Amino acid sequence: MTFEVGQRVRVRAREHRGHHRTPGYLKGRTGTIERYHGTFTNPETRAYGESGLPEKALYLVRFDEDDRIYADVYEHWLEAE
Amino acid sequence: MSDDHEHGHEHDHDDHAPITDGGEPTAAARVRAIEALLVERGLISREDVRRGIDWLVSRSPADGARIVARAWVDPEFKQRLLADAREAALELGLDPGPSPVVVAVENTDDVHHMVVCTLCSCYPRNLLGPPPDWYKSLPYRSRAVSDPRGVLAEFGVELDDGVELRVLDSTADVRYLVLPRRPEGTNDLDEGELAALVSRDSMIGVAVPQAPAAV
Repeated sequence: MTFEVGQRVRVRAREHRGHHRTPGYLKGRTGTIERYHGTFTNPETRAYGESGLPEKALYLVRFDEDDRIYADVYEHWLEAE
Repeated sequence: MSDDHEHGHEHDHDDHAPITDGGEPTAAARVRAIEALLVERGLISREDVRRGIDWLVSRSPADGARIVARAWVDPEFKQRLLADAREAALELGLDPGPSPVVVAVENTDDVHHMVVCTLCSCYPRNLLGPPPDWYKSLPYRSRAVSDPRGVLAEFGVELDDGVELRVLDSTADVRYLVLPRRPEGTNDLDEGELAALVSRDSMIGVAVPQAPAAV
């Protein structure tokens, strides 16, 4: 596991052409690792007929706003704050 | 037939044109074309497609409601549900679907959860059936994260200011099921009667189960 529950993280704001599961409104925002879901095949390659391997760790990340948003983000879209 | 219709005129028809209603959305036409190609190449059959649709529409919120009602009457089951909703569904003989992780989140007096998929329409179809059209609509998908309290109010859910609102954006392989609060005044109801109070929308988190009207 790359990140620990409770760790502060930032969602990478890099460009990415093609299918990915990191919503634009969260890119560049900081949050806290809430839960580790395990590893999953990578939808960014699976979407194009590939195996999706190696699997990527998936985290539930909490974004503290007035009302809290929780979103599932793959490890390669996160960096330590 | 009008008198001025000429016989023998040149019809500008393509005998092989597909039969459509002319108003088919682009996405639907694209899916039909992909389906035709997959069938032509022998990767799937029309029967596979029919069976898939049959399965999808056979699912209903009644399965999710059974889980909720059981959790309301059995605290130990509730703990197992909150720890691993997939295993809890299997325990009731329900099919939790292909998602390897299903998470149940509990609404309490202090915390209210609602679920959205801002990217598309990720939804616990196995436990709730096909998602409602509004769940897939752009206004719900965008406003659920930009103005969630406003959206809830439009659904008739007025949260007290002190209630913490958590919006779950279901962006990946995990599926989320809201465990709503058991309404007051339902102590005399059995599990089946309780399940009847659990609406689809309450398991998405945009409604609150109500006790039956006093008799």
